Amino acid sequence: MKFNKAIKNLFIVLFSTLLISACSTAKKANVDTANDVYTGTDTVEFLAKGVPDRIFFATNKSKLTTASRDTLRKQATWMRKNKDVTVTVEGHADERGTREYNLALGERRANAAKDYLMTYGVSGKRISVISYGKERPVNPASSPLAWSQNRRSVTVKAN
Amino acid sequence: MKKIIFILFLSVLSWNSSQALITVDITRGNLDPLPIAVSPLHVDTESEKIPSFETSTLGSEISKIIEKNFKSTGLFNPLKKDSFVQKPDIAHLKPRFEDWRLIKAQALVTGKLLIKNNKLKVEFRLWDLTAAKEMVALSFTTTPNNWRRVAHIISDKIYERLTGESGYFDTRIAYVSETGPKNQRVKKLALMDQDGFNTKYLTLGNELVLTPRFNPTNQLVTYLSYFKNMPRVYLLDIETGIQEVVGNFPGMTFAPRFSPDGKKIIMSFAKDGNSDIYSMDLETRVVEQITKHPSIDTSPSYSPDGKYITFNSDRSGLQQIYVMRSDGTQVKRITHGSGLYGTPVWSPRGDLIAFTKVRKGRFYIGVMRSDGTGERLLTENFYQEAPSWSPNGRVLIFYRETKSDSKGKGFSAKLWSIDITGYNERRLKTETDASDPSWSSLLSK
Repeated sequence: MKFNKAIKNLFIVLFSTLLISACSTAKKANVDTANDVYTGTDTVEFLAKGVPDRIFFATNKSKLTTASRDTLRKQATWMRKNKDVTVTVEGHADERGTREYNLALGERRANAAKDYLMTYGVSGKRISVISYGKERPVNPASSPLAWSQNRRSVTVKAN
Repeated sequence: MKKIIFILFLSVLSWNSSQALITVDITRGNLDPLPIAVSPLHVDTESEKIPSFETSTLGSEISKIIEKNFKSTGLFNPLKKDSFVQKPDIAHLKPRFEDWRLIKAQALVTGKLLIKNNKLKVEFRLWDLTAAKEMVALSFTTTPNNWRRVAHIISDKIYERLTGESGYFDTRIAYVSETGPKNQRVKKLALMDQDGFNTKYLTLGNELVLTPRFNPTNQLVTYLSYFKNMPRVYLLDIETGIQEVVGNFPGMTFAPRFSPDGKKIIMSFAKDGNSDIYSMDLETRVVEQITKHPSIDTSPSYSPDGKYITFNSDRSGLQQIYVMRSDGTQVKRITHGSGLYGTPVWSPRGDLIAFTKVRKGRFYIGVMRSDGTGERLLTENFYQEAPSWSPNGRVLIFYRETKSDSKGKGFSAKLWSIDITGYNERRLKTETDASDPSWSSLLSK
C-alpha cells in the first residue's frame, strides 16, 4: 500500500513537472509575437553586422511597428554608408488569404518599407520592390507562428 | 493543340421535339438520380484498323466516358453493363423497351461507329424507356483521334435533352500544376480535359506562374508570370505556344481576366503600394484606368453582358466585394456579412456571383445574387479559394489546400468541384498537385 502511495506521489510530481514545462513552452511561443506581429529572430538574416534584413506585419496590415521602423532606420544608415548598394524589397503575405489579394498586400508591405527607407535619406532609385504574395513562405508550417514569420518584407541586396 | 475541324451533326436523323418526356430537375440537390443504361457503341465490322488504338473496344470506351460524365453530375445513375439485356447493334435499331425497364432503367443510350478513310463516324440515340420513345438521334463525323471528345459531345447532348440546360463535358480546365516542397514550389501552366485526361503542360516551370484564365473562344490564356522576376500579365496562344506580355506597366500587373467579348483584358496594376483596376484593349493596346482609390482593388470580373464589373477591395478597411459599371462609375459594396470576402466571379448566366469567404479562420466557397442578397455558403474548409464557373453556371471548380506540419509536410493543393446546390462535392484528379483552375466554355457550340 505504502509503496503504491509512493508511486502515486511520484506520478503526481512527474505529471506536474510535465504540466509546468508544457506551460513554459506555450509561453515561449507567445513571447515571439506581440499584437499579431512576429518579434522573434529565428528567421532573421543580416545585411551587415547589426542590420537585420526583414520586418514583420500583422494579419492583413502593412503598418510599420516601432521595431520595424528601428530595423529600417538601421538599413537606411547602412545604405547611406554604402552608396553603391542597391536593394530589392520583397513583400510577402501568409497563406491565410486569397492569392490575388495577397499579391497586392505584399506589394503594399514592400512599399511601406521602401517609403520609410526613403524618408531616411535613401534614394528611391536604389530600391526596387517585388511582391510574392503567399508564394514564398519562409516557414512552411500551418501555424500562427509560421504565419507571423511569413508576413514580412525582406530587404535583399540586388547588386 | 491541333485545329480541330468538327463536322458536327452532319445529319440530324430525327429530333423529337414533342413535349419533354423524362426530365431531370437540376435546380436542387438530386437525391434520386435517374437510372440510365449506356450501351456500348456497336463497332461496325467494316471499320479500319488505326495504329494508335484498339478499334474493336472503341465503342465500349466511349460508353464508359459517357457513364463517368453522367456519374460526376450526381444527377444520373449509370447502370452496370452486365445486366444489359440486348446486344448493342440490335438495341440501337430499336430497343425492347419492356426488357430494359426490367433492369429499372428509365433512359437508354445506344450508338454505333464506323472508321473509314481515316474518319470516325458516330451515331447515337437516346431512348425514353417509360414512354417507349426516341428522344434524340444524332450523327457526326470527325477524325479518329477526337474519340474522347465524341464521348463528351454525346454526353452534352444527352444532358441537354434531359435537363433542359446546356452541358459542360466538352470543355477543358486550365490550371497551375504544382510540384516540390511548400517553400520551393515549382508551378507550371497546365491544361486538361474536364475529366482529367489529355493533360498538357504549357510552361516549363522555370518561372513562377499563377492564375491562368481562358478567353471566350478558349484559344488564349491570360495569366501572371514572374518571367525575369517581373510579375506581369501575359497572354499565351495555346495552339502556337507564343507568349507575350500584355501588362507591361511600370509595376506589377496581376489578376487578369478577359472581357466577355474577348477584346479586353481587365487586371490589377500595383504601384507605390496601391493596386487599381485597369483594362487593356488587345487590338489597340489602349489602357484605361477603371478604379482610382488608395486601397487595394483587385480580382475584377465582368458581368456576361460586359456592362458591370465585380471586384475585391479593402477600401472599407477589410476585403469586401463591390460592383460597378464597367467604366468605373456607380461603385457599390455588395457584401455586408461578417468575415472577409474575395475572388468574386460573375456566373456565365449573369444571375450569381461566386466568391471566397474567410470567417473565423475558415474558408468558404459561396454564391450570392449580383446585388449581394441571397448569400449561400456551399462548402467550408481549412483553405480553399478561387472558384471558376462551368459554362452552364451549375457547377463551380476551385482549389483546396491542406494544413502542413512544422516541417511543411502534409501540404497539398487539389482541384475540387461542387454544384451550386451545395451537393455533389468531388475532387478532380490531376497528374500533380493543382491550383487556380479556370473552366473553358464549350469547345463545340
